[in-house]
Amino acid sequence: MSGGHSTYTPKTGIGRWIDTRMPLPRLVHDSFVSYPVPRNLNYAYTFGGILSIMLVVQIVTGVVLAMHYSAHVDYAFDSVEKIMRDVNSGWLMRYLHANGASMFFIAVYLHIARGLYYGSYKAPRELLWILGVIIYLLMMATAFMGYVLPWGQMSFWGATVITGFFTAIPLVGEWVQQLLLGGFAVDNPTLNRFFSLHYLLPFMIAGVVVLHVWALHVTGQTNPTGIEVKQKTDTLPFTPYATIKDAFAMILFFIMFAYFVFYIPNYLGHADNYIPADALKTPSHIVPEWYFLPFYAILRAITFDIGPIDSKLGGVLAMFGAIAVLFFVPWLDTSRVRSAVYRPWYKLAFWLFVINSIFLGWLGSRPAEGWYIPAMQVSTVFYFGFFLIVMPVLGLIETPKRLPNSITEAVLGKKKGTASVQPAGANASPETKG
Amino acid sequence: MKTVLKVIAAFGLVAGVTVGANAAEYPLIKPVEQDWSFAGPFGTYDRGELQRGLKVYREGCAACHGLERVAFRTLEDLGYSDAQVRALAAEFEIQDGPDADGEMFMRAAIPSDYFPDPFPNPQAAAASNNGAAPPDLSLIAKARAVERGFPTFVFDIFTQYAESGPDYVYNLLTGYEDAPEGYEQQPGTYYNPHFLAGTSLSMAPPLQEGLISYDDGTPETVEQYAHDVTAFLMWTAEPHLEQRKRMGFVVMLFLVGFAGLMYLTKRKVWAGAH
Repeated sequence: MSGGHSTYTPKTGIGRWIDTRMPLPRLVHDSFVSYPVPRNLNYAYTFGGILSIMLVVQIVTGVVLAMHYSAHVDYAFDSVEKIMRDVNSGWLMRYLHANGASMFFIAVYLHIARGLYYGSYKAPRELLWILGVIIYLLMMATAFMGYVLPWGQMSFWGATVITGFFTAIPLVGEWVQQLLLGGFAVDNPTLNRFFSLHYLLPFMIAGVVVLHVWALHVTGQTNPTGIEVKQKTDTLPFTPYATIKDAFAMILFFIMFAYFVFYIPNYLGHADNYIPADALKTPSHIVPEWYFLPFYAILRAITFDIGPIDSKLGGVLAMFGAIAVLFFVPWLDTSRVRSAVYRPWYKLAFWLFVINSIFLGWLGSRPAEGWYIPAMQVSTVFYFGFFLIVMPVLGLIETPKRLPNSITEAVLGKKKGTASVQPAGANASPETKG
Repeated sequence: MKTVLKVIAAFGLVAGVTVGANAAEYPLIKPVEQDWSFAGPFGTYDRGELQRGLKVYREGCAACHGLERVAFRTLEDLGYSDAQVRALAAEFEIQDGPDADGEMFMRAAIPSDYFPDPFPNPQAAAASNNGAAPPDLSLIAKARAVERGFPTFVFDIFTQYAESGPDYVYNLLTGYEDAPEGYEQQPGTYYNPHFLAGTSLSMAPPLQEGLISYDDGTPETVEQYAHDVTAFLMWTAEPHLEQRKRMGFVVMLFLVGFAGLMYLTKRKVWAGAH
């Protein structure tokens, strides 16, 4: 797609014939074989590949599940149980799909964290980052609707709570909520449209992924030093170097995936979802899936009215704002230096942000009572503070460490440094662990 | 009569009526972890235990609780022969029809039938049980869990603890006791500090020593009954558990071997590039 001109030379007559008519083999060769990647990419950079394969896993298992699933309030729960009991390897398909969603989010959170740590969003990769945030949003919508399909208690009540957010929007809120539900409450029309959209959205994700990869291949990858590629020795061809590294990381990821699927398949789920949905019985404590918990905590942190904005609307705005703020990250970060490796204060702030996000997730699983509420509020302030204050201010006042002149120098400098004598470049060499 | 029937047969887990206010504090006593043959990476069901558990279900629970997702044919997994399953199914009557005259009729169950529900509808179930319909038990061992709390829930990943449901069921069944002094017992409820949604539930203690006779010499105690029926209910909730863990071992072995080869290949490929 880019990265200099194509090095593809078709070797056979058929190859030349195709190449002059529709150069798809050339595109694949240029994108995944000769495409140059920085030579210092570490394992934090393997999650893009892992995410692609997880999308494929979800689509394949999902298509099979849809063959046996029945999107009707009277049959949905039963059809899922049929899959678990009677469909050949149905239990495997369903556990792969349900746990696959969680694995997808684990991978995407690590991928996003990688981007934040190494400043991958900075110019000229703003669009690349924004496309990523769009994929993340689509993933959240897909996952939420997928969780409704088994029609268990948490499916039903989660759908009720989350669609209820929209009623907080002034003037059009009620209308939007009814459009989502297809009625006045979560019922059969809701289940039907959620199933339809749950099947549609992954293909939209796949479409945006193509744009995401396109944008990536135009700008090229960042790397742990944050220095742009300057010379040929800074890069290696994608195949075999990145291919084999990505594949190895993928297998390691699959080991974790398989561990959950085969040994603790219900660990990440909620017991209440094995109870069929009952509109007359509210669970004592409604919680979303684990990957939404930080946002759920932010939603419930707003327990007070702000002027004309009541606490409900305030909570919804804070929750959506927590995601919306990601779109502005490329412009919120004012630092000239990309990578946290050379930014000691930003590095500290980043790890505090990670800890805070995990803490927010835990708070999201707690009821909104007692000391949890002020904790949610403090954590929410820190969450927004990281983006709105730390990022812009730190970029202006922080003194970054000296950067190596090139990726090659960073790599070679480290090599010599660990060998015996300390050469001049070694002080500037980055640590590569992410 | 009604009370007697309930004492003998009632057997439920979350039975509607709860006493108390703050849901976050329950159960008063956290479930005590039990030894289960199906726990761990190589866990399997104990056939003898499952067969005893089926007996406990039939004689101790089935009068009030359904098992509507379990087909008789699947009982072959418990170690019964085809003929035994047919004979067992035939002991149940189910409604079929309409016949050529448009009439519904009763017939003996066959292996492809499911356990019949004890009540014709949830309203009837609630009406005969003090307003609290006894839940179906097919999935109960996966549909109940007591929160593990931090940091236990983190360790659970590494210890492969997935028996939160069975532990809860067992503890509830064996956890009935006399209410503390000054406790205001609602009529028709029974004090049980292991109950997930309050301090008392509508289900009377369903098991008593010697209530169900075992012919394999297993002690006929409440603890043994509870353990057996809970194992059986884990099987009804997760019938493919053994297959899952067996396949899991092969998959893990393959993936670890594959990862090893990938790592060596990666090192060789990158050897000249560092």
